[in-house]
Order: sequence, then C-alpha cells, then structure tokens
Amino acid sequence: MDLKERLSELKKDALAEITNVDDLKKINDIRVKLLGKKGPITEVLRGMRDVPADQRPRIGSFANTVRDELTRALAARKEKLEIIKTAKKLEKEKIDVTLPGVAVKVGQPHIIEQVIAQIEKLFLGMGYQIVDGPEIEEDHYNFEMMNLPKDHPARDMQDTFYITDQILMRTQTSPVQARTMEKHDFTKGPLKMISPGKVYRRDTDDATHSHQFHQVEGLVIDKHVTMADLKGTLQTLARTIFGEKREIRLRPSYFPFTEPSVEVDVSCFKCDGQGCAVCKQTGWIEVLGAGMVHPNVLKMAGIDADVYGGFAFGLGPDRFAMLKYGVDDIREFYLNDVRFLQQFSQKG
Amino acid sequence: MKVSTKWLSDYITLEIAPQELAEKIERTAVEVDEVTRMSTGLKKIVVGFTKEVTQHPESDHLHLCQVDVGEAEPLQIICGAPNITAGKKVIVALPNSRIAGNVKIKRGKLRGELSEGMICSLQEIGFAEGVVPKEFAEGIYFLPDDAHVGEPVFDYLGMNEDVIDLDVTPNRADMLSMRGTAYELAAIYNKKLTLHHPAPMTENPAEVSAYIKPTAAPELASTYLMRVIKDVTVKPSPQWLQTRLWNAGIRPTNNLVDVTNYILLDYGQPLHAFDQDKLVGKNIQVRLAKPGEKLITLDEQERELRTTDIVIADEAGPVALAGTMGGLRTAVGPNTTTVVLESAVFDSSAIRKTARRHNLHSEASMRFERGINRATVAEALDAAAQLIAQLGDGTVVGGRAVATKEEVNSVSVAISLKKINDVLGTKLSMETVKDIFTRLDFTVSVSAAGQFEVQIPPHRWDISIPADLIEEVARIYGYDNLPATLPKGELTPGHYTYKQSVLRAARRLLEEAGLTQAISYGLTTHEKAAQFMMEASEETKLAFPMSSDRTTVRMNLISGLLDDIAYNTARKVNNVALYEQGRVFYRSAGNVRPREVEHLAGAMTGLFRNDTWYGAKQPVDFYLLKGIVEHLLNSLGVKDVQFKTATGHEEMHPGRTADIYAADKFLGFLGEVHPNICKEYALKATYVFELDLQQIIELPKKQAVYTPVSRYPEITRDVALAVDQEVENAAIVDFINAKSGKYLVNVELFDVYEGAHIAPGKKSLAYKLTYQDENTTLSDEVVTADFEKVMTKVKSEFNAEIR
Ligand SMILES: [Zn+2]
Repeated sequence: MDLKERLSELKKDALAEITNVDDLKKINDIRVKLLGKKGPITEVLRGMRDVPADQRPRIGSFANTVRDELTRALAARKEKLEIIKTAKKLEKEKIDVTLPGVAVKVGQPHIIEQVIAQIEKLFLGMGYQIVDGPEIEEDHYNFEMMNLPKDHPARDMQDTFYITDQILMRTQTSPVQARTMEKHDFTKGPLKMISPGKVYRRDTDDATHSHQFHQVEGLVIDKHVTMADLKGTLQTLARTIFGEKREIRLRPSYFPFTEPSVEVDVSCFKCDGQGCAVCKQTGWIEVLGAGMVHPNVLKMAGIDADVYGGFAFGLGPDRFAMLKYGVDDIREFYLNDVRFLQQFSQKG
Repeated sequence: MKVSTKWLSDYITLEIAPQELAEKIERTAVEVDEVTRMSTGLKKIVVGFTKEVTQHPESDHLHLCQVDVGEAEPLQIICGAPNITAGKKVIVALPNSRIAGNVKIKRGKLRGELSEGMICSLQEIGFAEGVVPKEFAEGIYFLPDDAHVGEPVFDYLGMNEDVIDLDVTPNRADMLSMRGTAYELAAIYNKKLTLHHPAPMTENPAEVSAYIKPTAAPELASTYLMRVIKDVTVKPSPQWLQTRLWNAGIRPTNNLVDVTNYILLDYGQPLHAFDQDKLVGKNIQVRLAKPGEKLITLDEQERELRTTDIVIADEAGPVALAGTMGGLRTAVGPNTTTVVLESAVFDSSAIRKTARRHNLHSEASMRFERGINRATVAEALDAAAQLIAQLGDGTVVGGRAVATKEEVNSVSVAISLKKINDVLGTKLSMETVKDIFTRLDFTVSVSAAGQFEVQIPPHRWDISIPADLIEEVARIYGYDNLPATLPKGELTPGHYTYKQSVLRAARRLLEEAGLTQAISYGLTTHEKAAQFMMEASEETKLAFPMSSDRTTVRMNLISGLLDDIAYNTARKVNNVALYEQGRVFYRSAGNVRPREVEHLAGAMTGLFRNDTWYGAKQPVDFYLLKGIVEHLLNSLGVKDVQFKTATGHEEMHPGRTADIYAADKFLGFLGEVHPNICKEYALKATYVFELDLQQIIELPKKQAVYTPVSRYPEITRDVALAVDQEVENAAIVDFINAKSGKYLVNVELFDVYEGAHIAPGKKSLAYKLTYQDENTTLSDEVVTADFEKVMTKVKSEFNAEIR
C-alpha cells in the first residue's frame, strides 16, 4: 500500500469516527488524535522519506487536502453538536405559553367622557374652542338670554331644579354660549365653540330619564354662516361618531333660541336604514337638535343680527353612548359599577 | 292633537295613505307620535239586536240573550253586563272573532248554557277608558237604533278612521285645531281648502241684553263675546259628534259640553257654557280676583284665588277661572234650558300663571297660553250657538253680547330674497319663494327694491319676524334639498386651554395608575354633601327637590365615590379603584351662588392586585394610594410636595391621614376612611384622596430644562438607623439633605423594620445615600468623610443608633 492509499484509508476511517461522535467534549480529543503531532497523518508523512522525490509534492498536497477535509469535518460536527446541545437545553426550558400573562393594571375613562373626547377632537380640528361654564346658573343666562322669558310656554319643556327664583341648576349648556357671545370680540374673528358639561333636569330617574346628564352644545357666529353649513357640520359629526356611511336628515322642530329649528336624525347604524328595533323600524334615529341662532339671542348678547348670524346645535353624550354601545338604561352611567365601566376599554 | 283624516276630508281632499301623510307632516311641520286605526286587528264584530233577554237559570247576574246578527237564527249569547236589555242594538263579537288585545272569542258554555259569542263594551273593542261615555262606562254599549243588524260595527263607531297623533311644538299652536292643520296641509300639498262657515244669522241683535250684560278690561280679555241659547234640551249627542270627540281623545258627555269641545277641536277656540238660571244677575264681569275670593271649580275643589287670577264674575262673585276651568255653581247640567256661551281671548301670561298656580292645565288653558286664532273668535261662537240650538232643539237668542272686541288684521313682514338665500345657503329664485308664501296663504308683493312684503293672516299668529319667514321657506322647500357645506370664514385655532389640558392629563394619569373614572351625582343628601370637606362652606340646597337623596349640591367628591364603591361591594365586586374629576360647590354666607371648584378624588378598596399563579395579592393601602398621588403631582409638574400628618378630618382615620401641601398651599389630603364612616356606607377599609385641581393649576410649575447626565460613577452608602417610633421619615430625609455636602444627589428609604430584632418603641429605617460629581470621579475618602459627618449629626438630632 503506498502512502496515498494509506492516507485515503485513514481519511475514510477518520471521517467515519467524526460522523459517529456525539459528545462535544470528544471532538477535541479526536482532533488531537487525528491531526496532532503524534497523529496518524504525521505518522504517514514521516514515511515521505521513502517516496521518490518527484512524487513527494503530489503526496504532500494530498496529505494537506486530507488534513483540511478532516478539520472541516470536525468543525462541522462540532457546530452540529452545539446546535443539538442548545436545542436540548431549550427543550428543557419549555414553558406553558397558555398560562395567563402578567396583567397590566390600568383604569378606563368613563364611557361618556370618551364620547365627549371624540367630539372635542373633531371640533378642535375644525378650529372650535372648548368653553366651560358654571353648572349653577342664573335664570338670566340659562333661559332669558336663550329667548325664554319667564312665563314662556316653552319653559314647560324643561323641568328645572331651582335654588332660588333666580339661581338654578343649568338645564342645558347653552348659557355658556350666552356668556361667551357677550364677551366675544368679533374683530378678532368668528366665534366657533362647543360647550360640553353636566346638566340637570327635574326628572324622576328611570331607564330613559336621569336628573343629571351631559350635553355638548355647539355655536358658530360669523358674517356668512348658512344652514347648509350647519347641515354639513352635523353630517361630519354624525359620520365621526356613528361611521362613515351615515346620512343625516333634518326635520322641523322648535327651540326658542334657534329659528329655523330642526331635529336631526342619523341613518340607523345597526341596520343601515333597513329598519330594526334600534330605529323602531324607521331606518332613522333622532340624535340631536339644531338651528340657526334666533335674532333675539344675538341681540340680547349685543351682536348686530343684521351683520352676524350663525348656527347652534346640542347633543347628549349619554344618548350617543346608549345608542352606540347598546346601553338600555341611562342610570348605568351614574351607578359606576366597575363591571360596566371597564367594558369600554378599546382605544383608537 | 289627534287628527282624524276623515274629519280633515271635510276641508281638504288629499287621497294620500295615512302613513305617507304622517311622514310628510313629520318632515315638514311637526312630529307625529303615531298613526292608528282602531279597527286594526279586530274582526267579526257586528251589530246585533237583542230580541230577548232572560235570566240565566244558574246565575243571578248573567243573562241569556237571543241576539239577531242577521243570520237565519238568532245566536244565544250570555251577557253579564248590568245594563243588558232587550230591544237594543249592541256590539257583538261573533264566534271566532278577535277583540282588543288580540283576544279570540269562541263558542262555549257558561254554567251549562251555550254562549255563541260576546256582547261587548267599548273598552273590550279597544276604546280607552277615558273616552267611553259615562253611562256606558260600567256596561255594554248601545248602538244607534237605525244600525243595520249583521254589519260590522266599525263604521258606526268611527273605528275605520285613520287618526294621526301630532306632537305639536309650542310654536305651532296654530296646528292645535282641525282648521289649522288643514291650512298646514293645504300649504304642504299645494291644495285648495274648503272651510265651512256658520250660516249668517238674521236676528235682532238687542235680544241678548235681556239676558246678560258682560263687561271686560281689554288688557285681561282683548275680545270677550257671549251668546245665549234658550229652550235647550240636554241629551246625548248624535253618533257623528260622539265619534269625532272620542277619536280626538275626548269623552262625549251631552250635547252642550260636546259642542264646546267640538268647536275647540275644530277652530282651536276654547268656549265656556254657563247655565243662565244659575247666574245671579245680568252683569257678567271679566276682572281680576279680589283678595280673599274663593271659587269651587267643576272638579269640586275649592280654590283660593289670587289677585292675579282673571275671573268671570256674576253679581254674586266669581263663576269661572278665565280660560282655565269653570265654576261648579253655574255649570250646565241635565236640567239646563238656557245656555250662556262665552268665546274670548284672554291674556296669555295671566292664564299661564293661573294654570300653573292651580295646577290646572286644560285643553283650554294650553291654547290661551300659546295663542289662538283671533280672527275666528266670533265665528266659533256663532257656530257653537247654532249647533247647540240644532242639537238641543233650542233657539239662539238674537245678538252677540260684546264686552270687548279687538280689530284683527294681517301682519306685514318684509324680507329680501338675498337674506333668505344667505341664511339657508341656497340659490332659490324669486318665483320659488313667492310660490311657497302663496301656498301658505300669505299675500305677497314684491317692492321695487326686490323686497318681499308678506301679509301674514291671523291664523298664523306665530309668524312676526323675518326669521319666521325663513323657517317657513326652509321647511316647505324641504330640508333634504339644502346643500351640505362647512363654514368658510376666517380660520381659528382649536386647542385646549391650559386648565382644560391639566384636567384631561390628570384623568389620564390616574387611569394609567389603575383607577377607573366614575361620574357620580352632583346632587346628594344634606349629610353627604358636607362630608370630607376641604374648606368651610355653606351648603347650597334645591328649593324643591324631587327626593330626599338629591337635595344638596356636593362639597366633596369622595362621598359620591363611596356611594359608588358601596354599590359595587353590595354586588360582590370587592376590589374597586375609582376616581372622579368634577366640581364641588363652595358657598360663602351672603352669596346666593356657590363658587365651582374643579376637584380630583380617588377611592380604593379591597385588593389592588389579586393572587395570581405568579405572584401574591396586593391589598390596597395608604402607601399604594400615596404613590399614585405622588406620581400624579410629579407628572403635573408640582414642585416641593409635602405630606404632613393630618388630624383635622372628621371622616378620616386620625392616624392614617396626610394633608398635602406644595409651596405652603394646601392641595388636599389622602388616607384611610374612618371606620365609623365605612360602617355608614357599608364598606370595608377604604383609602381615599381628594385634591383641589384649581390650586394645582395655579401653582408655579417645574420648568423642564435639560440637565447633563454626569459621566462619572456614583458612590453609595447604606445606613440603618434605629429611632423612636414617633420620628418621621420625612424629617430624617430633610435633615440628611440639609446637612450633606454638594455631592449627595439622592436619599432613598429602602427598608423599615419593627419587631423582634429591635428594642420596643423603636423602629429601623434603612437609607441608601447616593453621591456623584458632575465633573470628576469622586474618591471614597471624600464620600466617607461627608457621610460620617452627617451621620454623627443624625445620631444626635434624632437620638438614633446606627445599626
Ligand atoms: Zn335600524
């Protein structure tokens, strides 16, 4: 057997040994054994003396190839064994991923607050200011400035908690508008505002009535504001709250502080206008009241009704929330059962 | 206002399905509550004739009736009504018929006798109790004698009429009458009206003065007219009249009362009938009540009159509260033969006050309050007088007695086409607008300058200014036809004020800390309103509360939160963390209106975290809530917050409450609710805080300025100090901070120990002191020197022992 054959034989045996080793620690032993100074390759190469000189480079080169091949095989086997070792380790670390995660403890904004925030965001984006005002009001601002003098028949429409003859729990947030109109400097631009807040009515609490609820009233006063602008604004509002596909329709109504006055219906978001229990089979749901500001209201606030005009609207976040989330009892909002409050946690 | 389409057809030909008509009214004029037809759902209910009525052999109150229903043989029907009698036309529900409430009537046996159907009362076929004539209220109904046996009863009773119930808004009182509604529909559908008017009367106008001589102050009654009808026989009204009344929701009574109600519905003109024989003297006076005068009204209530009540008085005193309710003494009754009929216009605000004060809201008072058609006061009176004479076989005495009579003219309102289009955002033409006015029965002329001069007839007394005309144009033109645009004026910025953003940020911070927002009631009890108060205040109470639970405006938020927690724990929800942001109302003596202050409060009970598979439960306690408050105040930029042991809160645990200050301003408090208060609310241990957000808004805030992060390492020293129980952590921390050199950057308490390994009455507080220099690496020697110097001082200051 010549040297080359011996090397080939050696390579074959060594590769078999490397393939069979399954212990990482033994890899190094094999490397030393095969490739070390006392290893068989060195041994074989020692026999080069007996090889004719012209054949020595060929054998030498072959021996190097075998050495390289074995080195690569050892490295590959080592890598493989390391992967297996890691895999075994990780397998032992297996956990039950179906166990519950660590709960993040957060509270929720009240659902009415969420509805108000949504409305505020829309109107801030359209350049409205948000104005707050007193919950305990003067009759003057709550009624008289709203074109509801004492003894006006329409005062029957709102039962009022009076504190004295002149002081009352506000029944609407429109007195905030009256106060703001009085102060607004029209040389600095139009008045565009919404006034969200709590209001009170002398009602007995039941599923659909609450002596305390919320309102958001809006007002725009400028030189050229039209009823078409009101319609467009309310359409935008309806679509923001109830969905892109919503249509609105206006019906004649009566509020002392607007003329014309309208009720606003939105196409039913449950049935898309086909008729269902929510819309009482009409396809439409009454959601708010609105109108063009009555000239008397402007005059009382010291605004020239021949030059300026505008629109106003008022809506109930409680009613919006009831409609939107299918809440069938308004009292739920004020009992603050955490199992109720925490249902409305979806953001975005 | 219940409007029968059949009655309407006397005045206008529409031929429109009632549902469609209702929809149109709703989109153009006023809301519609419902559209009804009484016969809907009923079947096989026919006219029967009681040929024979005999006692049921087995019962003393049931009768066996042989009833002709137009078939070959009469039916035997058992009837228990007390007024059953032979020879009457009755309402018969045949076998397999359906009566009100979807009840099916079957052939059956009653105490051994066959009963083939049922003889019905009006209620049993769907009439409301309130419209059934009194004489039939307790029994079956008798149809007119000329009713045809075997025919369905519905047409005889007006039950096939469609009735549209209008919800008339206060501004559209013109639609509180059949004629007013007819005018409106004529405008909507562009139709001609055919109104009927009473026949002209050929009479001697002086005759009436032999009976009555009315006088009135024009400011109380701008028009006051009377007529007298003599030789009248009081009896039930004919079927057609009864039908019209009950379909309008009014109970038929007798021919006198029914005619006044009929004219009220037809013209919207309230009338009142007096019995001439019961009036004392001829002089009838419309005047204000005199001090001490009383009147027993038709409902048999004695009413003390005030000097603002308008009364009708005869020579013996008041006989009616004008426009509101008549008096019992002069009421018409079964024996009345001479009727004095009043038709008038009373001062609306006086009527409103009287109606409110006496709680007498009638069909009449409602119309006087909202206004009536002043052009038909006399016509309505004449129509009523003629009908009473006709139905009561009497005679109208010649002449109207006139106390006052105002001139009634059209009102003129001017408006330009431009104004209409400017307000509506439309491009309507002159012709379109003119056509709308004409349809509304307005007379229009156009001035040279292009102004509309619009003459408004008296039946639309609600219209007096240009805005009214714009509304008329808008609704008749149709709101659906308006374009939808957005305002195009000068741009304005939309942003929260600083205060608004603080309120919202505070809410978000507490939510992130695990508290859920509650909205409680602003009105509460007298006791709860005044609990947990942060400053002295008078209470503010409702003048007329609805219930004892809601009498007083709150002066704290915590009591509302405790109510909320009690509601939860009563429902076995034991772990509750709520906060509320809202106003409290402080009032100083002498002021009527309170000051409204934005507050923020939180309340927690039970566990903050439940036991879980990975960790132990965390009960709510003082320090948990304190951490939340600290985080809140820090995040809001409040500087130098101090928590001081507080003892002055009656409702709080005296040893577990802290007052919160910043820059010497009192911001609020936090702590454990006093066990006695917890007991009152039925609560377990509960921790609360309340803060004055207005104070926080007004405080100067930390300015966020970049400070370079030191690149040099920190050095720390730990120390455990044994001190007396009474020594407060804050005092030690403040002292260490004050006495240390400039390299001390932080003092942190990391352990508190009391127990076996420390002397009784002592506690151990362990601190980590952190030192750092911005410019260089500190040496251990420098730190040690500073640390030991300070510790020596701490030992003597707090009698502390370093452990
Ligand atoms: Zn629907």
